[in-house]
Amino acid sequence: MSGATLFIDAIAFWAPTLPGWEAARSAFRGESEPLATPAKRPAPEILAAAERRRAPDTVALALEVAAAAVRESGLDAATLPSVFTSAHGDLAINDYMCSTLATAPTLISPTKFHNSVHNAAAGYWTIGTGCHEASTALSAFDESFGAGLLEAATQCLAEARPVLLVAVDVEAAGALASVTDSTGLLACAIVLSPRAGERTVAAFDWSLVNTTTRAAPIRSPAARSLAGNAMAGALPLLEAIATARPDTDPIALPLTRSLALVLVPRSPLTTAAGQGS
Amino acid sequence: MPDPIAPLRIAAYTVTSAAGVGKAALLAALRSGRSALTPNDFGPTPLSTWIGRVASLEAAPLPRPLAAWECRNNRLAWLGLNGDAFIDAVHAARERHGAARIAVVLGTSTSSIGATEDAYRHLDGDGAFPADNRNPQVHTPHSLASFVQEALDLAGPSVTVSTACSSSAKVFATAERMLRLGLVDAAVVGGVDTLCGSVLFGFNALQLVSAEPCRPFDAERSGISIGEAAGFALLERADEAAESPAGLYLLGYGESSDAHHMSTPHPEGLGAERALDDALARAGIDCSAVDHINLHGTASAKNDEVEAALVARRFPATTHASSTKGVTGHTLGAAGIVEAAASLLAIEHGLRPGTANTRVLDPVCGPQVRIEAAQAPVRVALSNSFGFGGNNCVLVFGDANAGGSR
Repeated sequence: MSGATLFIDAIAFWAPTLPGWEAARSAFRGESEPLATPAKRPAPEILAAAERRRAPDTVALALEVAAAAVRESGLDAATLPSVFTSAHGDLAINDYMCSTLATAPTLISPTKFHNSVHNAAAGYWTIGTGCHEASTALSAFDESFGAGLLEAATQCLAEARPVLLVAVDVEAAGALASVTDSTGLLACAIVLSPRAGERTVAAFDWSLVNTTTRAAPIRSPAARSLAGNAMAGALPLLEAIATARPDTDPIALPLTRSLALVLVPRSPLTTAAGQGS
Repeated sequence: MPDPIAPLRIAAYTVTSAAGVGKAALLAALRSGRSALTPNDFGPTPLSTWIGRVASLEAAPLPRPLAAWECRNNRLAWLGLNGDAFIDAVHAARERHGAARIAVVLGTSTSSIGATEDAYRHLDGDGAFPADNRNPQVHTPHSLASFVQEALDLAGPSVTVSTACSSSAKVFATAERMLRLGLVDAAVVGGVDTLCGSVLFGFNALQLVSAEPCRPFDAERSGISIGEAAGFALLERADEAAESPAGLYLLGYGESSDAHHMSTPHPEGLGAERALDDALARAGIDCSAVDHINLHGTASAKNDEVEAALVARRFPATTHASSTKGVTGHTLGAAGIVEAAASLLAIEHGLRPGTANTRVLDPVCGPQVRIEAAQAPVRVALSNSFGFGGNNCVLVFGDANAGGSR
C-alpha cells in the first residue's frame, strides 16, 4: 500500500509531572522541567459530578485528554469515532476484583464490575459527549500505542473521516505489581484527519514495514522519566511532533517482533504546533 | 450512511462451545434445540446458576512449546483452533500470502483474568504471584491474540479487541478495513472467553444472572446464563479467493454507541438501530432481504425488550429471528464469533435455529421471533452483538448470491 497520509489536528497529554500538552511539549523540547510536585488527578467535566471523584484513574485520564484534544481540534465530539487503547486497562480495578474474588466473591461491587470492562473509558466518553459513533477498545501489550494508532489511522483512511485516538496506562496495583511492569500515569489523545486543514499540527506518510527495528529512542530527559509506563510507546512520536526538527527520522512503532508501523514525517513536520493553547 | 463494501470471503471458520468442539457439534445442538447448559460447578464457591461449560479443558494442557501461555482461556483458544482443521486453513493461507500479511484480530472481555484470579488465591509469602503463574504476557488482555499469533506462527498486525460483549463481532470490522486498504491479505478473526470469577460474581452483583437456564425473550425470563467459547474465522478479499464464487461472505457490519448507560441498553434501541442501519448500508441491502437474525437475546429483562421491539418495527414477518444463548449460554466476549458461526451454519445448512429453553414469548416480540427451529434457505443472515458501555455491532453474512448492490 502506498500514499497513506495521516494528518494530526490536535494532541492532548497528561502525566502527573507534565499535566497538559503545552507543558509536555515544552519539556520534550528541553525548554522547561517537569513539575517537581505532581499535579492532582484531573476531574473531567464530561463526567457527572458524582462520578468525577470515584471514576477509575483510567477513565479520568482518558476523558481529560480526549476532551482536551477534541477541544483543540475544533470538531464536535459527537461526530468522532473513537479508538481507546490501553495495554492493561485499569490495574487498580483488576486488583480490587481479584482480591475480592479471593476473599469475599459475593461482595463484588456492581459498579466496579462494570467499570472493569476494558471499554469503560470509551463507554463514559460516548455517554458524556452524546456520541453515537463507533467506539472501540484495544490492547496489544507493549505495542498498544502502535496498535491503537494503526486502528485509528486505518479507520481514518478507510472511512475518510477524522478519528479520535485515546491512549492510557496506569501503574500496577497490589499483587499485580509482581507481574505487570507499568509505573506512573500516562495519557494522550490525538485527533487524526484524512486531510490537511488549518489546524494541522503534523503530517506523516505511514505504512507497515517488515522490520525487526526496535522502538524509536526516547530522547529528552522529560520523556525518559515516563518510560516506565506501559504506554511509553507513544513518547517517540510525541517528542518528534514537539521538537519538529526538519531532520526527524522515520518513526517506527513496533507492532510485532518483525512488523512496524512506520511514520515518515512530511516536510514541514509542523505548521501550527506552537499556536495551541 | 457508509458506502457499500466489497464482500469478504470466509475462507474457513470454526466454533467450540459447551455444545462441543467444532461446527458439527453446534449445528447438531441448534438443529435439536438442545441446551448445553449445566448447573454451575465452576470455582471454589459456585453461585446457584447455570453455565455453558466446555468439557475437559482441565485435562487439555497446552502443547509443550506453548506452555508459557498456560491458562484456561488460552487452552480453550487452542482447543478451538484445532476444530474443523482451522489451523490447516491458516497454514495454507500463510503459504499463499506470507506470515506478515495475515492479521490476528481477536475479541475477549476478560481474556486470561482467570489465571490472575488464581494467582490472587495463591500469593506467596511476600504477597507476590506464585512462581508458576508469573508470565506477564498472560496477565494482560492481549494474552489472547499474542498467544494465537504465536500458535499459528503468524507475523502480521496483532490486536485484542475488548469491548465487552461486542468484542468478537467488532473484529470483523477491524479486519475488513485492513483488508480493504491492502495492509494485509488475510485475517484470522474471532474471540475466546472463559468462565471466571469476575464474570460470574460480577454479573451476579448486577442481578443479571438467572438461577435457571436462561430463556431468551420468554415472558418470564429471569436473566442470563454465562458460557465460555472459542471461535475463529479466516477472512480474505473475495477477488483473491482461490475457489469459485460459491461460499460464504461477510457482506457488511455496523458499529455504534448507545451513549446512554454503562450496563443498560438505550430504551429505544437507538444505538442498536444505528448499527443495524450501517450494517445494511455496507451490505447494500434493506431489511426485506434478511432471512434470519441471530439476536443478541441474552434473556436479561432490558436487552430482550429493547431488541424485540427493534426487530418488530423494522423487519418483515418472514424474517426468522432467534437467540441461540439458551444453547451455548452468553459467551460474552466470544458471543460475536459464536453467533457469527451460527449464522454461517444457518446459511450453509438452510437451518433457522429456534430459541432453546423459551416457553412463552414476551408479548413485546413480533412475529419474527421464533421458539421453534425451521428448515428453509438462508441467503442473508444478521448477527447482533451489544455490550456494556453501550457498544453495539451488527454483522451481515450471506452466500455468493446475496447482497443488493452486486
